Amino acid sequence: MNFSPNSPFMYVICGIVILFVIAQSIFFLVRALRQAKVLKMDQKMIRRTISASAIFTIAPALAILIGVISLSQFLGLPLPWLRLSVLGALTYELPAAQSAASAMNLHSTSELVTDPVTFSAISWVMTLGILSGIVVVLFGLRKIQKGVVSIQEKDSSKGTLLTDSLFLGMISAFSGLLFADIRSGLPGFIPLAVALVSMVCMGLCGLLIRKAGWQWLEQYALPLCMLCGMAAAIPLTSWMGGV
Amino acid sequence: MASTKRSVPQAMTYEDSVHLWGRIWTASAIFMFLMVPLAISVRYQAFPPFQDVLKGLLGVAPVFWTVGIIEVLTYAPMLGTGGTYLAFVTGSLSTLKVPCALNAMEGAGAKAGTEEAEVISTIAIATSSLVTTLVIALGVFGIRFLQPVLENPGLKPAFDAIMPALMGALGLVYISKNWKLAIAPLLFMICLFLLMPSLSSSVGILVPVGAIIAYVAGRLMQRGRKD
Repeated sequence: MNFSPNSPFMYVICGIVILFVIAQSIFFLVRALRQAKVLKMDQKMIRRTISASAIFTIAPALAILIGVISLSQFLGLPLPWLRLSVLGALTYELPAAQSAASAMNLHSTSELVTDPVTFSAISWVMTLGILSGIVVVLFGLRKIQKGVVSIQEKDSSKGTLLTDSLFLGMISAFSGLLFADIRSGLPGFIPLAVALVSMVCMGLCGLLIRKAGWQWLEQYALPLCMLCGMAAAIPLTSWMGGV
Repeated sequence: MASTKRSVPQAMTYEDSVHLWGRIWTASAIFMFLMVPLAISVRYQAFPPFQDVLKGLLGVAPVFWTVGIIEVLTYAPMLGTGGTYLAFVTGSLSTLKVPCALNAMEGAGAKAGTEEAEVISTIAIATSSLVTTLVIALGVFGIRFLQPVLENPGLKPAFDAIMPALMGALGLVYISKNWKLAIAPLLFMICLFLLMPSLSSSVGILVPVGAIIAYVAGRLMQRGRKD
C-alpha cells in the first residue's frame, strides 16, 4: 500500500483522537460550570475566567502552530497536528522524532519521511516517550491529593508553605532560565530584557487595578503583559543583535 | 422478624466523581494514543524492529519520563483534581496550562486547594485546551494562508520570547506576594543557570529543587519567628 504522511487515513486517525480530546475538555468544562453554580460562585467572574483564559491561550497556541508547521516538513501535517494538540509539547516532540529517526539511520529532519517503517518507529517513540506523566496521573493522582490534604489538615501553616513553595519552585526555575545565555554576550540578555518589559507592564497594570479601580483588568493583565513583552522582543532583538 | 439493614450508598462528592470520570477519560486517552502508532503499523504493514524503537526511546525516555513524573508531583497540588486529569491529556503544561490556571485562580482570588480554585482551574484548562485545539486546527486547514505570516522572520523574535514574556509578568505577581520565600530559590536558580547554561534543556527537573529550597527556607523562617 502506498504510504504518505499526509494521506487521508492519517488525517482520519489523528482527527478521531483530537475529537476525543475536545470531548473530554467539553465534559470537564460543563461539570465545572455546574459545580460553580452549586457553590454559588459569581457567574460574571466565571465568564471573565473563560474569556481571559481564551485570550491568554492565543499567543502560545500560535507558537505551537509554528511548531506544527516546522515538524510538518519532516512528518507531514497530521501527526504533528495530533502530537502538539495532545499530551506532548514542542520541547519534547522534536527531540523524540530526531531520536527515533537517528535510530532508524535517518539523520536529516528537513525532508519528508517516505518510508512507512521509519514513520511508524517515529510515531511509536513519540507516543511512548511521554506517557509517564499521564500514567502516574491515572494510578497515583488520588494518593498525591490525599497526601497534600493530610499535610494541610495536620498543620495548616505547613500546608500553605508547601503550596507556596511549589508555586515558587516553578517561578524560580523558569526565571533562572532567563539568565542561561547571558555569558554569551549582548544577545544573551534578550530574554532578560523581554522579561523586564513584561514585568514593568505588570507593575503598571497592578497600579491601575489598585489605584484607578480597574478591577476588570485583573484577569486580562497577564495575557496583555505577555503580548507587550513579545512585541518588545522584536525591536529588542534587532537592537541587541539577536538576528 | 429480624430487620435487614440495607446500606444506603452515600452520594458521591464532586471530587470523588471527578476522580472517577478523570480515570475513565485518562485510561481511554492512553488507549487512544497507543492506537495511533498501532493503526499506522497495521495499515501499512510497517512494524518497526523492537530494538530500533528501544534505541529511539533511550534517547528521550530517561529525561522525559523523569520530567513527566516530577510534573505530576509539582503541578497536581496547584491545578487541582479536574485540572490535572485534563492538563496531562492535553499537554503543553509549563508553557500554557499551568500559567493559564494560575492566572485564572489569581484573577478570581481563589487559593489553590479550595473548592473554588478546583472549579476555576478546571474551567481555565478546559477553555485553554479547546482554544489551542481550535487555533491549531484552523492553522492546519488554512496553512497556505498562515504559513507565510507565521514564518515571517520579522515575527520570529516575538514567538521565541513567549516564555520570558510570560515569566516576567507571572514572576512579578508571585515573587511580590511572597518575596522573602522567593529569595533563596531564585538566587540558587540564577547562579545554577549562570554556571551551567546547558541545564536549560532540563528545567522541568529543577522545579521540585526550587520548591524544596523554598520549603526549607520557609520552615527556617517559621522557626526563627518562634524563637
